[in-house]
Amino acid sequence: MANKKIADMGLPKSIANLFAARNILTAKDALSLTEFELMELLDVGLAQVISAVAHISEITCPPFQTAHSLMEERHHNEHLAGHLPTQLKGLDEALCGGIPFGALTELVGPPGIGKTQFCLKLALLAALPINHGGLNGRVIYIDIESKFSSKRMIEIGAKSFPEIFRLEGMAKEMAGRILVLRPASLSEFTESLQQIQLSVLQNQVKLIIVDSIAGLVSGEHEREAPRQHSLGWHISFLKSLAEFSRIPVVVTNQVRSQSCGDAMYSFQVQNEHEIVKDPERLELHLVAALGIHWAHAVTTRLVLEASSG
Amino acid sequence: MEVCNLPLSPSQRAKLVSAGYTTIFSLSSISPLDLARDLNVSHNEAAQILKIALQSTRFDQSINNNASIVTGGQTAWDMLREEQFITRITTSCEDLDNILGGGINCQEVTEIGGVPGIGKTQMGIQLAVNVQIPLECGGLGGKAIYIDTEGSFMVERVFQIAEACIEDLLESRVFQQQDYQACRERMQPKTFLTNIFYFRVCSYTEQIALINYLEKFITENRDVKIVIIDSITFHFRQDFDDLALRTRVLSGMALKLMKLAKSFSLAIVLLNQVTTKFTEGSFQLTLALGDSWSHACTNRVILYWNGSERFAYLDKSPSLRSASAPYSVTSNLWNDELCHPYLWAHFKRSIMLLGASSWLTHRGSFRSVAV
Repeated sequence: MANKKIADMGLPKSIANLFAARNILTAKDALSLTEFELMELLDVGLAQVISAVAHISEITCPPFQTAHSLMEERHHNEHLAGHLPTQLKGLDEALCGGIPFGALTELVGPPGIGKTQFCLKLALLAALPINHGGLNGRVIYIDIESKFSSKRMIEIGAKSFPEIFRLEGMAKEMAGRILVLRPASLSEFTESLQQIQLSVLQNQVKLIIVDSIAGLVSGEHEREAPRQHSLGWHISFLKSLAEFSRIPVVVTNQVRSQSCGDAMYSFQVQNEHEIVKDPERLELHLVAALGIHWAHAVTTRLVLEASSG
Repeated sequence: MEVCNLPLSPSQRAKLVSAGYTTIFSLSSISPLDLARDLNVSHNEAAQILKIALQSTRFDQSINNNASIVTGGQTAWDMLREEQFITRITTSCEDLDNILGGGINCQEVTEIGGVPGIGKTQMGIQLAVNVQIPLECGGLGGKAIYIDTEGSFMVERVFQIAEACIEDLLESRVFQQQDYQACRERMQPKTFLTNIFYFRVCSYTEQIALINYLEKFITENRDVKIVIIDSITFHFRQDFDDLALRTRVLSGMALKLMKLAKSFSLAIVLLNQVTTKFTEGSFQLTLALGDSWSHACTNRVILYWNGSERFAYLDKSPSLRSASAPYSVTSNLWNDELCHPYLWAHFKRSIMLLGASSWLTHRGSFRSVAV
């Protein structure tokens, strides 16, 4: 809606022409200016500018829905009210039924904890027929660290769903639904995301997995700032992809160790000396990689940890 | 007062000046017909110019005559009296209500910020539900507008919170026997959900457009008592390279929101993300969008972790002192008791599979995957 042409908004002819003459063509151009800037640029009175801006705003602004109609819609149109069950009882309960559609779910954990195994299982689940608790769709698996193993996946399938995998040709069909992409660099990754956008709806893609997004940037950027910036686009793209195609998107993230306590607000710092005395705070502890900007964009974060003992 | 100060378009101003009308006084005794001829404009336009000039002379004179009758002004005493009638929306957490002076103030803009997973969205949803508590239960009986820029609004969660809120209200009514049944029938989670207007905003242009449009929308839906923007930051952090433009657009937006809050006497709640800032040799957390944005909100609340407990800190308020209060996010309500720390996990965005028994079940089934 932001790039909607002002010419098509049904403003009075005279003022629409003025906008066109000043090269203010889209709603985005017009609304980035203040009313007084517009007065100067268009050379018309305040009252006219205000009514024009109000008109443009009304057309540009998205429609509303009540929360109730939103819920009805989800319950009617979607299998299991928009969740992909993980078939782990406790986890499904905590997640209200499984990995949510239309949202970004992140798996965080130390190396070897089983993030990739979890992803393989999810990929299988999404490919399974509906009567076995799956979504009966295709899966796009973006495997950045080259960890995807078809052999392992079939093994998991055969163990967890013997009744399906014993059938002739089923293993082939299930595995055939999972498309693995292996982008070697950030730019290739960007490219494949753009391609995916087009094919998701046409090809019944029901799940997108990115394993692991941190691997892609840790090699390319040394410093913190460009890393945050370069991934900002990817995360919001993945998020909107999830939302508008109403499918779950799962990404994995690595952990890194941090030596001292978390960053704090300035009002907390006054008490900092007390906290530092606490010996536990000085130990190394693990935090999710990719920083705070990334974490804000994630809808659900699952932390995998090994319990001691 | 000069003609240049009038809110006229540049060409009209130029015409006035070149025709010799430099001061407003010179416009005061002229008829629209003469002005139209002098400026070579239509009669209508001339009448418009005179009308604008007249309005500003009136304002000008009143300043000279008596400061107390400036139009649009209000004495401090009147304001004090009015303040007693300001309504507040409870946060469902007593300690937090206390430091806020009773809850989120209507007529004011309140910003709430915190790290990912601290419960900002939960707070937003809770307020959207709490604003609907009926008048006879001490609430506002209003409706809510929820503007979602991030896509993190979870309807199931709204349903849960609404259910819990109703349970809570009914429990406190049980002792009054009368109208219990009537209350029960009237308060359905469904009605609560119907009274939340949800807007999904996908770009900053849409965000600006929506805020411009809100005035009209609220005029049509007078019982809206709270507007929640979750979050104000998201689009402005993603696709903005021109920081000067960002500041300008943001402050324009803040002004419009303040005006809305005042004129419809509703509460505006802006949720904000945090960012790290390098000061005095160490990284510190601070709310996003920079220093000039910090001036835009009347109140500012920061949610933070203190060890493993959640705390809210009132960072900025023109009338209340800075203070902290503990709170928690539970499966039912955003309140001050800690219970079932793992049930709300989903909604906390981070699921910490830590609780001993629950962890074991997950772990157990997980092992079967990894055989």
